Amino acid sequence: MTGSALTGSNPTRSDHISATYVVQVRRRRMYGGLTLALFTLLMVSGFVVADGRNAGGFWAGWHQMLDFPADVLSEAWEKRANLPALLVKFFPALVETINIAAASTLIGAMAGLVLALLSTRGLAKWPALIPVFRRIMDVMRAVPEIVIALVLIFILGGGPVPAMIAIAFHTAGALGKLYSEVAENADLKPVEGLGSTGARWIQRMWLGVLPQVAPNFLSYSLLRFEINIRASAILGFVGAGGIGSELRHAMSWGPGRFDEAAAIFVLLFGAIVFFDQLSSRYRNKMIEGQ
Amino acid sequence: MSDATVTLAPAKRSVSALFRRKRQMAFAVPAIVLAYLLYIAVTFDFAGIAKRASLENAGILASDSWSYKVHVTRDNRRGGTSYAIEGERKGTYADGTHPAWVDPRGAEDVVIDLEDGYIVHFLPDNAALFYIPDYGRIEAQLVDGSIKTNLQAPLPDWINLSDQRMTVTTEAGRMTMTRSRTEVYRYFAGWELFWFTLDSPYHGHSFAQILFGDRIDPDRGNISGALSDFWNNGMWRHKDVAWAIGETILMAFLGTFGAAIIALPLAFMAARNFSPVWLVRGAARRLFDFVRGVDALIWTVVLARAFGPGPLTGALAILITDTGTFGKIFSEALENVDEKQIEGVSSTGAKPMQRYRFGVIPQVVPVLLAQVLYFLESNTRSATVIGAITGGGIGLMLTQAIQTQKDWEEVAYYIVLIVGVVMLMDWFSGWLRARLIGGKDPRAGA
Repeated sequence: MTGSALTGSNPTRSDHISATYVVQVRRRRMYGGLTLALFTLLMVSGFVVADGRNAGGFWAGWHQMLDFPADVLSEAWEKRANLPALLVKFFPALVETINIAAASTLIGAMAGLVLALLSTRGLAKWPALIPVFRRIMDVMRAVPEIVIALVLIFILGGGPVPAMIAIAFHTAGALGKLYSEVAENADLKPVEGLGSTGARWIQRMWLGVLPQVAPNFLSYSLLRFEINIRASAILGFVGAGGIGSELRHAMSWGPGRFDEAAAIFVLLFGAIVFFDQLSSRYRNKMIEGQ
Repeated sequence: MSDATVTLAPAKRSVSALFRRKRQMAFAVPAIVLAYLLYIAVTFDFAGIAKRASLENAGILASDSWSYKVHVTRDNRRGGTSYAIEGERKGTYADGTHPAWVDPRGAEDVVIDLEDGYIVHFLPDNAALFYIPDYGRIEAQLVDGSIKTNLQAPLPDWINLSDQRMTVTTEAGRMTMTRSRTEVYRYFAGWELFWFTLDSPYHGHSFAQILFGDRIDPDRGNISGALSDFWNNGMWRHKDVAWAIGETILMAFLGTFGAAIIALPLAFMAARNFSPVWLVRGAARRLFDFVRGVDALIWTVVLARAFGPGPLTGALAILITDTGTFGKIFSEALENVDEKQIEGVSSTGAKPMQRYRFGVIPQVVPVLLAQVLYFLESNTRSATVIGAITGGGIGLMLTQAIQTQKDWEEVAYYIVLIVGVVMLMDWFSGWLRARLIGGKDPRAGA
């Protein structure tokens, strides 16, 4: 009775509400449709431009996509007897690539840790400089590894060290930001407690903050290690050491050395999948263990 | 009492064992890290690198990236003197013009003022004088194809002299003399001819003059003419650089969003709660693992064979790799959706498609969009590297500029541009994320 009385007494209001609702829905749909249309337009025109500026077009090339893998596989199959020996031959290069990734993750994580603590509110040693350290991390994060690697190759010569420094530089910025977000949520009571005993800044951080955030930091570092393996392989291809440069040699030789290329593909694929699985397993463990 | 001691004793033991373990860890972890870094220092041959490191190259890079030199060159075979910025054809002074600090008194008699008392004087018969304060006057002449000088041994280390070649390097500038030419370099700070090359009528005019002053080139309006000359600047190639930056962003854009579009339906197939058939689920997951494991490097190499160099190849390489990554992330997000909302939608009699549209999509879209936008920035960086391999975008221009080993000011320019673009993309994706889904940062590392 009250319901009918309500609607009866106020028919215009409910009409008004339903009318505005319909208008709102219509407007939202229109915006959604416009966004979608704009996005589709961007994708299609982007594809057309990219296709036009590419040496070989998409429509001419897509059916050849499997030709090269087929060539490599068939040659590798013909010379399959060589494969174990080649795997052994290129294994040191793979170790070098993984070492580049591991060392750069380690160095980058240590630098990132310092940067993160210096740019976190409540923990920073010099609170006034927090924005400065944040901007430093932003710039470090924005520098693609290849930029530093190529410049350092010019100065230091080829080899693993330029790649290591380049990846470590970027890693410090990327991990620093993630670390700082974790450290922001750290409990400040242990830090204050340590401060009351006269602990220095380093001691407060080492004993008060680090134990709280270590699982998250390690989890991010492992994820970064995974990414850095890929980065170090790719930098090898543009002139730094490791399996990437071996791949480049094998590729530049063309047919006849495809068994080597196949062995390198196998090694790289195996390594990436292996470390992927390993890191995701330990990351889950660490986050659950909290 | 005895009760307490009985229960306390094992607790005490376990606590001291825990303490011992923690103490050991506190020393073992730094020790392992240190040992590993020492191993790296040995295998990567840090000592050898320190020896091989070319400080000279570092010095060239550091000074060249923010300065330029003007070459004054006399042709020792045909005669005549030319002036060129960085020795490039595009920066050559037109006949009859010369820099203000050069005084050509005659065809074979040119005085070059390097300031601070350093003066080079080209004389007829392939002779040259170099006045150096606190040292004296170097006289050199090319006689029958070999260099004769007044220099006496021992020579200071900034003079390099042989029968065929003399190089004198001073703070103010450098002079070399060979059989074919005598050349003087004078160094200046800044990026030369960044706005206009010497052949443009707008060279040497200020912005205010171009914007508000009289018409400089009678055939064209000042602003349109200046823009066109800037855009077609042959030395800094602003047009090509803009296209290259565009290509790099295009690779990232097409790759990221293309991957997201392809990964979404596949993610439904891989998610436990949407895909009851074990075989389909397994196949989709293995596909994700495979394309992720093969990695962008190998995809780039393979695709470059089919499509040739260019931005499309890079875009497809990013697309294929990220399809795997997105597939994995998306399917994990789909497995975490709240069933209650789907139940609520289906209780109204919604069909499966409507259940997805109104029960699932609104829940996962913020998560997915955040990831996609995060990858957009990360892929801009990847596109630089991939461009260097496939031959497209700013990555290619950067590698080419570094490989010539002389255009360091261009290298510096490209680096500034790349970092600027990546930071811009970072800001843009963060802004878009905040606009679309409000705040929250996704947890990802790439």
